[in-house]
Amino acid sequence: MGINRRDFLKIAGASALAGIGGASGLVLAKSGALEASQYTDDPKGLKAKRWAIAIDMQKFQTPEDYAKVMNVCHTIHNVPEIANPKQEIKWIWTESYEHAFASQDYANPYIQDYLKKKPFLVFCNHCDNPPCVRVCPTQATFKRKSDGIVMMDMHRCIGCRFCMAGCPYGARSFNWKDPRPFIKKVNPEFPARMKGVVEKCTLCYERLAVGLIPACVEASNGGMIFGDLNDPNSDVRKVLASRYSIRRKPELGTTPSVFYIIGGQ
Amino acid sequence: MLETALKGSRTYWIWILFLLAVIGVGLIFYLRQFTVGLGVTGMSRDVSWGFYISQFTFLVGIAASGVMVVLPYYLHNYKVFGKITILGEFLAIPAVIMCMLFIFVDLGQPLRVLNVILHPSPNSVMFYDMVVLSGYLLLNVLVGWTALSSERKGVAPPKWLKFFVILSIVWAPSIHTVTAFLYSGLPGKYYWMSALLAAQFLASAFASGPALLILLALIVRKFTKFDPGQEAIQALGKIVTYFMLTSVFFLGLKLFTAFYSGISTYSYPIVYLYAGLEGYNKLVPIMWISNILTVAALILLVIPQLRKNEALLAVASVCVFFALWIDKGFGLIVGGFVPNSFKQIIEYWPTIPEISITLGVWAIGFLILTVLYKVAVSVREENRDVDFHH
Repeated sequence: MGINRRDFLKIAGASALAGIGGASGLVLAKSGALEASQYTDDPKGLKAKRWAIAIDMQKFQTPEDYAKVMNVCHTIHNVPEIANPKQEIKWIWTESYEHAFASQDYANPYIQDYLKKKPFLVFCNHCDNPPCVRVCPTQATFKRKSDGIVMMDMHRCIGCRFCMAGCPYGARSFNWKDPRPFIKKVNPEFPARMKGVVEKCTLCYERLAVGLIPACVEASNGGMIFGDLNDPNSDVRKVLASRYSIRRKPELGTTPSVFYIIGGQ
Repeated sequence: MLETALKGSRTYWIWILFLLAVIGVGLIFYLRQFTVGLGVTGMSRDVSWGFYISQFTFLVGIAASGVMVVLPYYLHNYKVFGKITILGEFLAIPAVIMCMLFIFVDLGQPLRVLNVILHPSPNSVMFYDMVVLSGYLLLNVLVGWTALSSERKGVAPPKWLKFFVILSIVWAPSIHTVTAFLYSGLPGKYYWMSALLAAQFLASAFASGPALLILLALIVRKFTKFDPGQEAIQALGKIVTYFMLTSVFFLGLKLFTAFYSGISTYSYPIVYLYAGLEGYNKLVPIMWISNILTVAALILLVIPQLRKNEALLAVASVCVFFALWIDKGFGLIVGGFVPNSFKQIIEYWPTIPEISITLGVWAIGFLILTVLYKVAVSVREENRDVDFHH
């Protein structure tokens, strides 16, 4: 016989439990509680037409100024620490002026010394016209209509890495192996990734949803200015209107939402 | 007709077993890649595509080149190619299947591959590539198999087939054009971002594909009673000659623009590939092998007396095939990623698992090719004395 008494009881018990669970689910759905918890935005959530970050390079002086910004991001987002630079996962890191702004030609070698020596924070530019979104064959990476954040659906990503070839800023990382063993302390609030998918900065969409500004901005003590690029009265617009700023590779037509304020005042 | 592939000589079976062994080794390494991840390859966050995608690119060209025998026969009634069209169509089938397999083994999450169909994204060139490649596969299976079945029965192929033949002729260049668009529309990838890329792809495809076809025709003649015909092989030789010249000409155009303009973003990838940059020169030796093979091939092809010698034509075909394989099946993809987005040079070289998986996929392709050619040749041997209308 294929089934004995013990197995029968197990199956019967499991079915009964599933029945109860199913019924309670129905009750929840009827009362609207489930819908409310899943589909209604948190009233505290931050909203904008197009989020942008301006980095005030004068506010970044010591290595700690950079470290605290990068560390908070990588800690709360479960970014693994992989020693091999070829397989590194990075959401936010620093590059020299020459490398960050490697544009038409090698950067101007006669530029002011402080710029030449200064590390620049680099991360996803959340472009208004993102090539990574254009090339993705599954819409696993997409520009959120409501606020312009370039998002990642790591459950849909097939790992073809077309977005990595498409991104001219090297902002995307691929999980060449299982990242979990390389996460020092897992933050249970944020999903860890699996091997074979691409990831990058998602502008702390999970924090914006509950009314918090991006973690890097918060940790920067005013070094990074966050706001709505479409609102002329926003902090980010005000600072961009008053001081000289540059963007990475503007000639490529991607229109980044990350600005570097290098001018004074 | 497939049953004819089950009867073969000792050599035939040794060849089949050899291919199965290579496939087996590839499969073992693929299982390892499947469990561990693509970290077993030499790819990196800087050179994020490697051997797999370059094989895919090269093989799309081989697949498209079937049109070089189908077009003269069907559109210009060039009878000489009558015997060889089936070899062209049956070469396209394994080539497209290999393309698909190379995309598949390159995926980080291969089990999610159907997301491409579940969430069709017409803004992605990959979407169109999937459409044109599967369409081209179906067309070649339909046309090749129907024509051969009719031939076996000793009747003319059905009239409706003509429509699909014409469609496949128009379709062929599209597969390689769309494949070039995967690369030529990416901002910041200066080695690829050229309007010439699709044309360059087609020219090199129409040289490497017929070169392979010459070699296959010679092998078929040596091992079977079916003779594709000396005239057909010589005609293929002329096609290879013209397209190899076109290919080199296009390379020259690219070099002129990159160097005369003086814009380093265009010239650096070329300098890296052919001379090395800042002391990094992993690809320089093989790129120069490609150049030497190109020169050798052109000498053998351009001088008619040499080309007409079948042994020398075979040597030239081998040179063309490997010269273009190095250029497109290796250099092309690496050149797109070096220097990287930060103007740094991170080099790439395939690992043993990566090479084994690559060879495994090639072996699958050759297995399908062998079976299809065996079927085609068996039908021809059966009907040797019958005048056929392909």
